Amino acid sequence: MKFTEEHEWLRVEGDEVVVGITAHAAEQLGDVVFVELPDEGTTVSKDDEVVVIESVKAASDILAPIDGEITEVNSALADNPGMVNDDPQGEAWFFRMTVSDASQMDEFMDEAGYQKFIG
Amino acid sequence: MGPQSRGLMMPVPAGMRPAFGRDRDAMSDLKRTPLYDLHVDLGARMVPFAGYSMPVQFEGVMAEHVQTRQKAGLFDVSHMGQVMLTGASWDAVALAFEAMVPQDVLGLADGRQRYGFFTNAAGGIEDDLMFARRGDALFVVVNAACKDADVARMRAALEPGVTVELIEDRALIAVQGPGAEAVLSGMDAAAAEMRFMDVRDLDLGGVAVWASRSGYTGEDGYELSVPAQAVEGLTKALLDHAEVAPIGLGARDSLRLEAGLCLYGHDMDAETTPTEATLNWAIQKVRRTGGARAGGFPGADVVLAQLADGAARKRVGLLPEGRAPMREGVALFDAAEGGAQVGVVTSGGFGPSVERPVAMAMLDAGAVDQPLWGEVRGKRLPVATAPLPFVAAGFKR
Repeated sequence: MKFTEEHEWLRVEGDEVVVGITAHAAEQLGDVVFVELPDEGTTVSKDDEVVVIESVKAASDILAPIDGEITEVNSALADNPGMVNDDPQGEAWFFRMTVSDASQMDEFMDEAGYQKFIG
Repeated sequence: MGPQSRGLMMPVPAGMRPAFGRDRDAMSDLKRTPLYDLHVDLGARMVPFAGYSMPVQFEGVMAEHVQTRQKAGLFDVSHMGQVMLTGASWDAVALAFEAMVPQDVLGLADGRQRYGFFTNAAGGIEDDLMFARRGDALFVVVNAACKDADVARMRAALEPGVTVELIEDRALIAVQGPGAEAVLSGMDAAAAEMRFMDVRDLDLGGVAVWASRSGYTGEDGYELSVPAQAVEGLTKALLDHAEVAPIGLGARDSLRLEAGLCLYGHDMDAETTPTEATLNWAIQKVRRTGGARAGGFPGADVVLAQLADGAARKRVGLLPEGRAPMREGVALFDAAEGGAQVGVVTSGGFGPSVERPVAMAMLDAGAVDQPLWGEVRGKRLPVATAPLPFVAAGFKR
């Protein structure tokens, strides 16, 4: 699993990556009450706002970690946003996407690096 | 924090900033309440709020909200201003204070409390407050963010005839929820005899507190002014009850929003009149046109005219139709496309007890019964006006 400074995790599965938010981020966000997912088939560029996530108190965005195409979204999150708090690094993945430029993956942290990043 | 921020941010309630990264250094400049160490020991996430380091959450906003509605929650509100007004007689103090607020102060019975607000010359609200009669003295509790300005305002208006004392050696805590009465009356049976908005002294395990049966959650409960050196021990004793848990500012905000209660600086401010804020109920007949002590407070001409004729805009409750919360600043339109902006959300979020988004807005009077759309991230989403409060009040009247 790779980690971004935006508190996302990426899990490589074949030619694609699965993206979610870290347990640390979920804990800091608090109770998630609303998730708005992108349309499957959307082409995104790195740092595009692709997901809206709202906790009890505030709205945030999840940015596309890399360039690619959204191939699948976890629509269960729309009906049960609390999954993000219950299992952020498992069941509560947000979307799956293709990788247009594999070199963009190089800058991400491993788990140890991320733990150091969040201190 | 808001729709403009990009990326996955770590949110805290409106007006608060997160307490990590560079903000950690800024935290050292903040004032602390006498319960600061206990909050930290209890694992609170501390955030800057109105110049204080305050707990935004302990277990989590949702759990704390539900705890307060179903059992009892303990809140540290020591950052609020506690002010004692004394003078030659009750009448002298009350009549002087009536020159600052549109409420009936003189008619307040000993041991009773009222909700009120300072007005300005334009009829706008400078701050909202609670005032209680303690013998011949008036005990006033004001918002933390306004307290310095409020004290200066009171000193300018009231001294030297009335003495204005900012009380800095007392903490203020609130015990709120359906379990509050059993907890407090187990320590002093007199707590159960108090009705909503009664004030009296209680002896809670040897600590003499000034209690009022009130709060800002929509639940039954008490606010307790406690000598600062005794508040940690009393708080621990209260938290020893299985029914009581510590609650942060996050749940305090969602509780008051569901209860339809205004948050100063958000749902009303110096540009908002009492009638616009739907606070006509808080202006007693004796201060209205035709009353024995009509007017005589700042902006009375505007306030009394609006009491009679209404205002061009008013605070309303809103229920967004979908799951997306509509937060402060969301613009309200009278059409799904085009049309005109007819209002703005002043407080909004998710209501944990009603399990859906709720909001309050300032809306053009003509738009109150019209279909409305809130613009969230560039999309117009349907929203309906709704009666306030969103949850029935649990007050013991």
